Amino acid sequence: MRYRDIFKNGVIEENPTFVQLLGMCPTLAVTTSVSNSIGMGLSATFVLMCSNFVISLVRKVIPNKIRIAAYIVIIATFVSIIEMLLKAYLPALSESLGMFVPLIVVNCIILARAESFAAKNAPLPSALDGISMGLGFTGALTIIGAVRELLGNGTILGFSIFGASYNPALIFILPPGAFLVLGMIIAVINMITDKKNTKEAGK
Amino acid sequence: MGLIKDFLVLAITAMLVENFVLVKFMGICPFLGVSKKIETAAGMGIAVTFVMVAASALTWVVNKYVIAGAEYLQTISFILVIAALVQFAEMFVKKAVPALYAALGIYLPLITTNCAVLGVTMINVQRDYSFGTSLWYSFAAALGFMLAIVLFAGVRERLETAKIPKYLKGFPIALISAGLLSIAFLGFQGLSF
Repeated sequence: MRYRDIFKNGVIEENPTFVQLLGMCPTLAVTTSVSNSIGMGLSATFVLMCSNFVISLVRKVIPNKIRIAAYIVIIATFVSIIEMLLKAYLPALSESLGMFVPLIVVNCIILARAESFAAKNAPLPSALDGISMGLGFTGALTIIGAVRELLGNGTILGFSIFGASYNPALIFILPPGAFLVLGMIIAVINMITDKKNTKEAGK
Repeated sequence: MGLIKDFLVLAITAMLVENFVLVKFMGICPFLGVSKKIETAAGMGIAVTFVMVAASALTWVVNKYVIAGAEYLQTISFILVIAALVQFAEMFVKKAVPALYAALGIYLPLITTNCAVLGVTMINVQRDYSFGTSLWYSFAAALGFMLAIVLFAGVRERLETAKIPKYLKGFPIALISAGLLSIAFLGFQGLSF
């Protein structure tokens, strides 16, 4: 597969959040603001890239029966690294993401990519697949985060958009808002793909 | 009396106020994945309860005596304990209740990657709970998970027959119903003891 295809595949066609619906827990939990979304997305991208690369390197050495356990150990190692890095250099972000940084370990996107891509492909394409999937995840989180922060707080990245007179709809930054926003975004995506498909079918 | 009250308060906090699924967003994958029928949802709830309580007990011991509180080893050692436990639970369910095993399908081994399990063990450590409190908290949290997933399965069974706008069918309407359920649980936030 060509590198460009891998990239497009990860970011758009098989977007882990909107198309594959994987990794829902962090998607819903940390998207209360754009900065949290980007922080979570990039941390997951780092882990995806490194774990895909390493798993691909050792894919022929690991016995088939214990491969999942081995993948989890590799993933947990990189999660511990990013956890310590965040704590040391971005303490505020680490604080607001809270438990969801160590919980990257159990993000299904990472295990899914290890199993379905890194276990079958060479190290470099695997690393690229990790980066693209990670960026797709980051993009999706940022979109959700932007909608929630804008409606729930009237700001984007902390800058006021609607001005001081805007009365924020607090519900969007509370837990229910996450479900509602994600549900509506997926409905819109369904509508767009459906329109596109009928157009193509009509040709 | 004080002790009993403390335990009751902790149970209500874990089940309702901090409901793992609807307030803390842990364990969303099985919540959305195995909630199409009440029976399978309840089965999943029981399996998760078992794993969560057992994982809390084991990780408490591991944290205290094996890694001796070394924070950087927590993630990796906890997930290994959980993976082993889930493997065990899978073998047990396969032998004991084959029908449930078939119904849960892929979601049974996926309990390993259910963040509620890893989450509860980390909360136990973070809040410095004693052994007994950890067990009780994780049990109550697991019941909260089960409550949410069974309620949600009930809603989804009704959705099957409801008239739903075309583009909202399937996943979006499920998410929106979950949002409404979450609003209901938000009401518990005001509880104080």
